[in-house]
Amino acid sequence: MISLTVTLLLWAVAAGLALAVVLQGKLAFHMSARLGVLEFLRLLPRLAIGVIGSGYIAAALPPDIVSQWLGPDSGPLGVVIATLAGTLTPGGPVVGFSIGAAALKGGAGAPQVIAYSTAWALFAFPRLLAFELPMMPPRVVWLRVLVSLPIPLLAAAGAMLIGRP
Amino acid sequence: MSARRRSAFDWSTAVIAALVLAAAAKVWLQGGSARMLEVLSADLGLFADILPKVFAGCLIGAFVTQLLPREMVARWVGAESGFAGILVATMAGAILPGGPFTIYPVAGAFLAIGADAGAAIAFITSWTLLGYNRALVWEMPFFGYDFVFWRVLVALPFPVLAGVLARLAVRAISARLIDP
Repeated sequence: MISLTVTLLLWAVAAGLALAVVLQGKLAFHMSARLGVLEFLRLLPRLAIGVIGSGYIAAALPPDIVSQWLGPDSGPLGVVIATLAGTLTPGGPVVGFSIGAAALKGGAGAPQVIAYSTAWALFAFPRLLAFELPMMPPRVVWLRVLVSLPIPLLAAAGAMLIGRP
Repeated sequence: MSARRRSAFDWSTAVIAALVLAAAAKVWLQGGSARMLEVLSADLGLFADILPKVFAGCLIGAFVTQLLPREMVARWVGAESGFAGILVATMAGAILPGGPFTIYPVAGAFLAIGADAGAAIAFITSWTLLGYNRALVWEMPFFGYDFVFWRVLVALPFPVLAGVLARLAVRAISARLIDP
């Protein structure tokens, strides 16, 4: 339901922008719409490999390997291991969250799980390769990864400091 | 746009395809064809769900490129936009709906028409860590309200931090190139 709402919202934004471009002239609309469609077609095989493939990568992973290493007493080392594990977890919207939630239920500490899901969200390597590099200038992608490196550690430290959740 | 690779196949896709083949082989060896089909049907549903979003994202990127004058983008989120530019990018990332499949083409389009790397990085980081869509659709069902609330609260300064760090890095690198 939420997913459908988001899709409709996106298409409403696209339609509004399309109208504004049409007002600029028919030729401008044809040219930019063509560019958008071409970009979509270029991404299609990559999306197919990335989305359908991430399910197989997740299914091939041993599920308990993460929770083993992320206990509440694992401290800063646990946070670092969590960050590394997040980096290596395959992309796709569900995988990192489901492993993180399973780890939390299996006794992992909240700061460790925050580090894990933050690292996974920011720079999960498989998603980087499958989606971000084909769509963005590689220089910007690597710069983004570089400046994001401290964030999972800072997030865990923040959670430890305020003592929540 | 011209700087972006236009080849039909690139090395990053090739690496991921090889990983997928290896993982699929392992799943097949361990679980047989039934397990293969089970995973495939779950992922095909997801694929069908994101396709219209990606298509909309590509069109939004193309139309935005057509509509926004280069000078305006450069002034708002360009290299000289200062701290305000990073804040604008952070807010835009937090409110734009859609998944990473949508955000990357849009960010790429903004880069092509004059946004700087710092703003683009603040934009992506903000979408990743603060975006309500991701939190509501994916994170909340797994972690619950309390966990997500505190995680987002802790993450509030990070998009700005990443954007500022990226600008400092770009400046340090270009200073070295100009004055070795």
